[in-house]
Amino acid sequence: MADDATNLPTALNEEKRTFTINFGPQHPAAHGVLRLVLELDGEVVERVDPHIGLLHRGTEKLIEYKTYLQALPYFDRLDYVAPMNQEHAFCLAIEKMLGIEAPRRASIIRVLYSEIGRILSHLLNVTTQAMDVGALTPPLWGFEERESLMIFYERASGSRLHANYFRPGGVHQDLPPQLVADIAKWAEKFPKALDDIESLLTGNRIFKQRNVDIGVVTAEDAYAWGFSGVMVRGSGLAWDLRRAQPYEIYNELKFRIPVGKNGDCYDRYLCRMDEMRESNEIIKQCCALLATTPGPVMPERSKVAPPRRAEMKNSMEALIHHFKLYTEGFHVGPGEVYAAVEAPKGEFGVYLVADGTNRPYRVKIKAPGFPHLQAMDYLCKGHMLADVSAILGSLDIVFGEIDR
Amino acid sequence: MTETVKPLTPLEELAMHVTGAMGGAVENTVIAFGELTLEVKADQIIPLLIFLRDDPRCLFTTLVDLCGVDYPERPQRFDVVYHLLSMRRNKRVRLKIRTDEATPVKSVVSIYPAADWFEREAFDMYGIQFAGHPDLRRLLTDYGFQGFPLRKEFPLTGHVEVRYDPEQQRVVYEPVKLPQAYRNFDFLSPWEGMNEILPGDEKAKG
Repeated sequence: MADDATNLPTALNEEKRTFTINFGPQHPAAHGVLRLVLELDGEVVERVDPHIGLLHRGTEKLIEYKTYLQALPYFDRLDYVAPMNQEHAFCLAIEKMLGIEAPRRASIIRVLYSEIGRILSHLLNVTTQAMDVGALTPPLWGFEERESLMIFYERASGSRLHANYFRPGGVHQDLPPQLVADIAKWAEKFPKALDDIESLLTGNRIFKQRNVDIGVVTAEDAYAWGFSGVMVRGSGLAWDLRRAQPYEIYNELKFRIPVGKNGDCYDRYLCRMDEMRESNEIIKQCCALLATTPGPVMPERSKVAPPRRAEMKNSMEALIHHFKLYTEGFHVGPGEVYAAVEAPKGEFGVYLVADGTNRPYRVKIKAPGFPHLQAMDYLCKGHMLADVSAILGSLDIVFGEIDR
Repeated sequence: MTETVKPLTPLEELAMHVTGAMGGAVENTVIAFGELTLEVKADQIIPLLIFLRDDPRCLFTTLVDLCGVDYPERPQRFDVVYHLLSMRRNKRVRLKIRTDEATPVKSVVSIYPAADWFEREAFDMYGIQFAGHPDLRRLLTDYGFQGFPLRKEFPLTGHVEVRYDPEQQRVVYEPVKLPQAYRNFDFLSPWEGMNEILPGDEKAKG
């Protein structure tokens, strides 16, 4: 019994009786390779020291040695549960510097797949966070939906995870009409799956006991710690880049921004569930828009887009252009830009310094999970050991993007 | 005088406002690609950040990002770049200061707690020193790592590689062995965009 400790002779209490344990790096609730050094006083957490970098691959260094097109696939490997959202930020940065804009149809496809990515990420996070606090069924149900979404990824790009589908200037290939129809059909029945998951969690007594009033973030702290995404919306700040600094066609779409009240793990869970419903609405709108918006998905006659295959059979210039594009690549800059998108986990930004050559001079990837994870010490202090995994789960961290 | 005065863009207004109030700290303002960059004197970064955070017209309460950039040909080779966001005013600003390997930059952890790991990362990757940082350890690289990997002179392949040695029954570090040298293609065309004179071309100007 915890109360017994207070009855011990004071001689034992005088010295600091904390002990240190390792949480991870191979702990299933660490959501990847995270080593947390926890200093515990009994079961109360006194200090958290996250050791990260176990998945560090030097992405930023590697990108400096690749052309812009070759650098793009590295972004899939950052937050690998919502790959296209990352590509999006890099493409927007390049486009901003080159002063080009994606054609309208490409813009719609990008939004469509960004929202699919958001649902992919939230489904994984919500259900595995539930698993961290003891529920086993939600991940099984959630992953079924993730599977159909990943098939949509595959049908568009040929790859379930590492899509390399968004390209500077647009998207790589147009979507076949049947795929758009299938996505629209899926979006009709997805709310039912969400209702099922909610029936397991939202009113669940154990789930609420483990999440309500755990890991509370106030609005002021959300500012100070550089939070973004659900971490600020859960604390009652209606901040969403899709609304505040709209990109692509977001300002034409109708969607709400769910906002929490208490800033605890439970509110963040509710935000994510509502965001999935809103994303589903956006997907429906995009499918309808795609049906009425034919057109190119890459800029025509542009230095950043490859020529059509048919054209290459007849035109020498097109053949040269194709060869030059995929060997030398296009030149960008000089200059520096910062482009950010509202990724599922928060603000994902790319700070691109270009020097006018075909390779980036410096790319800084601002991963939303990075500031969230560094606040672990502040969030966990005074909580019980069991709450650490609940808080960690609700931060929605993926080590691909934090370690880079 | 019938000269029409062009109305200032919001970014220009913000730049005017900041330079007006903190003129001594800002060396240069650049507006490019719709973004405002302030080049700041390195020793003035703390008062400037406090001003940007607390001034009612700025309210840059969120430090989005802090990173280093390496320009080895400059005497002060590093840029430290701060990206700030004001959620209340819906504005962004970028600050840049310069430093070299030996001169520490003032840590801004006391103003933005979020700077902690960002500064550790900049130290880890570039060796930029942050004076007053509470815990300036390496962050992303391996325990016991040597060197600063994002510096331009650091080779892409690194210096050591690790493998499990079945004889010693532990992971060992060895100098990196490459069966083929890393091929770094030079795509700079001599026909366009090159400024220096190629060897043998000195006479061409003649």
